[in-house]
Amino acid sequence: MTLDQYSVLALYSAMAVYALAFIAYALDLARRSAAAGIASPDGDAAVPAAQRRERALAGWAGVDGAGEAGAGQAPSAGSGTPVDSGASVAYGRSPSLRVAVALTVVGWALHLAATVLRGIAAERVPWANMYEFAMTGTLVIVTVYLGVLLFSKFDLRFLGTFVVGLVLVSLGVASVNFYVSVVPLPPALQSAWLIIHVFVATAAVGFFALGFALSLVQLLQSRREAAIETAKAAKRSFLATLPNADQLERLAYRVNIIGFILWTFTLMAGAIWAEAAWGRYWGWDTKEVWTFIIWVVYAGYIHARATRGWRGSRSAWLAIIGFSAVLFNFTVVNLFFKGLHAYSGL
Amino acid sequence: MSSPSDGGGRTGAPAAADAPDVARPRDHVDQPAPRPGASVTQPRLGPIGWLRFAWRQLTSMRTALLLLLLLAIAAVPGSLVPQRSSDPNGVTQYFVDNPDLAPVLDTFQMFDVYSSVWFSAIYLLLFTSLIGCVIPRTKHHLEALRARPPKTPARLSRLIGFTERRATGTAAAAADEAERMLRQSGYRVERYDAGDVASVSAERGYLRETGNLVFHSALVGILVTVAVGGGYGFAGQRVVVEGQSFVNTLASYDSFNPGRFFDDGTLDPYRLGLDDLAVVYETENVDALGQPVDFTASVTVQAREGEPEPGEVKVNAPLRAHGTDIFLLGNGYAPTITVRDADGEVVFTDAVPFLPQDANLTSLGVVKVPDGLDEQLGMIAFFYPTQDVLTTGAFTSTYPDLFYPVLTLNVYSGDLGIDDGVPTSVYALDTDDMTQLTGGDTGVDSIELAPGESADLPNGLGSVEFVDASPGGTPEGDTSQSVLRFASFDIHHDPTQGWVLVFALLALGGLMTSLFIPRRRVWVKATDAPEPRGADGDGVAADGRAGTLRLEYAGLARGDDPGLADAVADLADRHARALGALPRP
Repeated sequence: MTLDQYSVLALYSAMAVYALAFIAYALDLARRSAAAGIASPDGDAAVPAAQRRERALAGWAGVDGAGEAGAGQAPSAGSGTPVDSGASVAYGRSPSLRVAVALTVVGWALHLAATVLRGIAAERVPWANMYEFAMTGTLVIVTVYLGVLLFSKFDLRFLGTFVVGLVLVSLGVASVNFYVSVVPLPPALQSAWLIIHVFVATAAVGFFALGFALSLVQLLQSRREAAIETAKAAKRSFLATLPNADQLERLAYRVNIIGFILWTFTLMAGAIWAEAAWGRYWGWDTKEVWTFIIWVVYAGYIHARATRGWRGSRSAWLAIIGFSAVLFNFTVVNLFFKGLHAYSGL
Repeated sequence: MSSPSDGGGRTGAPAAADAPDVARPRDHVDQPAPRPGASVTQPRLGPIGWLRFAWRQLTSMRTALLLLLLLAIAAVPGSLVPQRSSDPNGVTQYFVDNPDLAPVLDTFQMFDVYSSVWFSAIYLLLFTSLIGCVIPRTKHHLEALRARPPKTPARLSRLIGFTERRATGTAAAAADEAERMLRQSGYRVERYDAGDVASVSAERGYLRETGNLVFHSALVGILVTVAVGGGYGFAGQRVVVEGQSFVNTLASYDSFNPGRFFDDGTLDPYRLGLDDLAVVYETENVDALGQPVDFTASVTVQAREGEPEPGEVKVNAPLRAHGTDIFLLGNGYAPTITVRDADGEVVFTDAVPFLPQDANLTSLGVVKVPDGLDEQLGMIAFFYPTQDVLTTGAFTSTYPDLFYPVLTLNVYSGDLGIDDGVPTSVYALDTDDMTQLTGGDTGVDSIELAPGESADLPNGLGSVEFVDASPGGTPEGDTSQSVLRFASFDIHHDPTQGWVLVFALLALGGLMTSLFIPRRRVWVKATDAPEPRGADGDGVAADGRAGTLRLEYAGLARGDDPGLADAVADLADRHARALGALPRP
């Protein structure tokens, strides 16, 4: 067997383990719904809203008198521990969740091995065609997810279903539709910028993916909170065990701004590379156009969070549109649009 | 665009320095309750008033946000429809494929989206809005930089991370210690003592706003430098065959796109000669046979009155010479073709660049012989570096290198259409006024030549030779150098691209500063309290001693600041510990 075949084998194994992890995460979500059903659902979401108002009073926006937004948000004094994750329903230890995370780590290790082997087989960085982008990009997504689990004060394991699901689907599509055997780099890709520009772009995508998931849950959560505030009956939902919409929004924001900075760097590094490879730093190539669009959408997202009337759900939608554009840029633009970034290898 | 993360400040007053109450703006005036029955009369707006109103609207955060989103949407069509700037051939093809739709789209400048009126309007409005926001904010920020941190609020318990400690000593000494600590952590500190209360008001993170302003100003810088660079630069293309050279003057370019303010006279007439174009193809990996892995153009650059200097141009490695950047953007074959009249006199000989049609460099070229024969002669030629025959009988090339080079020619005679002064492409033959003599339906086979071979033209017109360009000493049967290659050079001059980079880096630095440096205020209040009183009632400090000093700590963040509560708690711990070590009075 060649190294590349070992890489494929490792990747398939990783996918199998991720699939198991996905099942375990899903079981955990089901357990959460059950836990939410047991706990009394009354009036829990009204409290954060009251806290919000209190905080807005003391907030900096008031100091400035600009009144653009109640921006001076910060977690309440007690939010420093994972126990208080803003969840309205206490949710204890979950064996399936622990199993899921353990499986994710195993899958990640296999995934990493697959990617490294591919790189060794190709004698270059493993992100020079679409198959490799997908493999490395999903690896980064899982790495960011595990990294956040490790370093964040918040327990974000509930995102596992989404993260592992997204990675599984991407890897499936990549290995069935995008697979290409190892070929040498075309001269246009023979540059140190391949290492920097493309890797930073995939890293940005990793953060955006997580921000997307958080914004999605935020929307669900705020819908649920609104239903409770209008005194409608709250349905049994796993959402009751998750952080409240406010906290989800702040988390999404922090993840997305890291993605945004990486994306800004991607754009600039790409321009420097384009100058060397194509003779101009910016030429409105289709990929450049979409990189620009994504940048502007996320810039809009960041501004929306500071604009009255745009905080909360509206800005969350912008993050979701932003990540949709990222996916569009990676798939449709790569495969169907004519442009200079013709490196899908297909 | 206002500070993305700060919320306040776009059209608002500066951070209140001496606000009586931190929760209120400095210019806050309590509105009297509306009297019942009194109707609200809007003030009449004069022209100036309307202008001011429009300006307020334009520079508001909401407008900026809408313009941003509009910009994103407006950029989309340019990726769906080919653009003249990046894909002129695509535009031509689009007009052919969609004869009804294309003119309509063209009316809306859909083929020049990024220089269109509507796209320009959006980004110019956005940048006007941005400038209208950045200037007053810079003023406010300069004021804030000189201002003292605000007075300590009366009730710290309403603020973020409020915590209390007890200690012994005097309030003033405790405040001194807090002042020292905060100063050490980079805070700007101000003392507000009154009676038995000593308090410290501290603020840090002014760099956050500085970074924000730098970011937005740098964006303006990028826009301006890009515009200036586009106006004063140029981009030209020129095809050069191995062994030939060209001089950097306007006339010698195949195509030339000067900026609006570019002066042709500033072109430095250096000579660029292509000595050799070496192409390396993959020969081992069966999945990539024939894929090019390296292009290296060895060139000679010679200033008008200078020595020739050797140079090298590669993909990803342009040659920077005489204030221009020379890029290698294309390559192909240039078969050398000689045409002789019936008497054997040479009427045409040249290495003709052929346009590559596929990855294996099946190439298409046109030979035009305007003079020397009875009639003008045109030839449409195909060149196959490694010729093979498909099952249909058509020729194809199966490898891009020269293993079995074959040239086929279809000959036309008649009027080339180049005598009436209308410029025509050298890569296309207008056969409307010509008669086909070989190939197609003529019943005469196309002329087929290997390097070194020649054939008679039909009707006794003369002969055509595919000249073998191999250098002397090439062994018999080695065709690897029998055809010259050409390189397509792009030569650019952009006087401001270095500045664009500088502004881009400033923008990146400003962005990171503005998103990651927390802007926060922290207050420490020490109250002499002979009789312990406090929320927890017992008034006993952590170390068990009865405290006579009540210490309060709290903070306030501007923008997202997840670490504030921890920072306040940490300060409280360190401060209380330091006070515990103070000698008893």
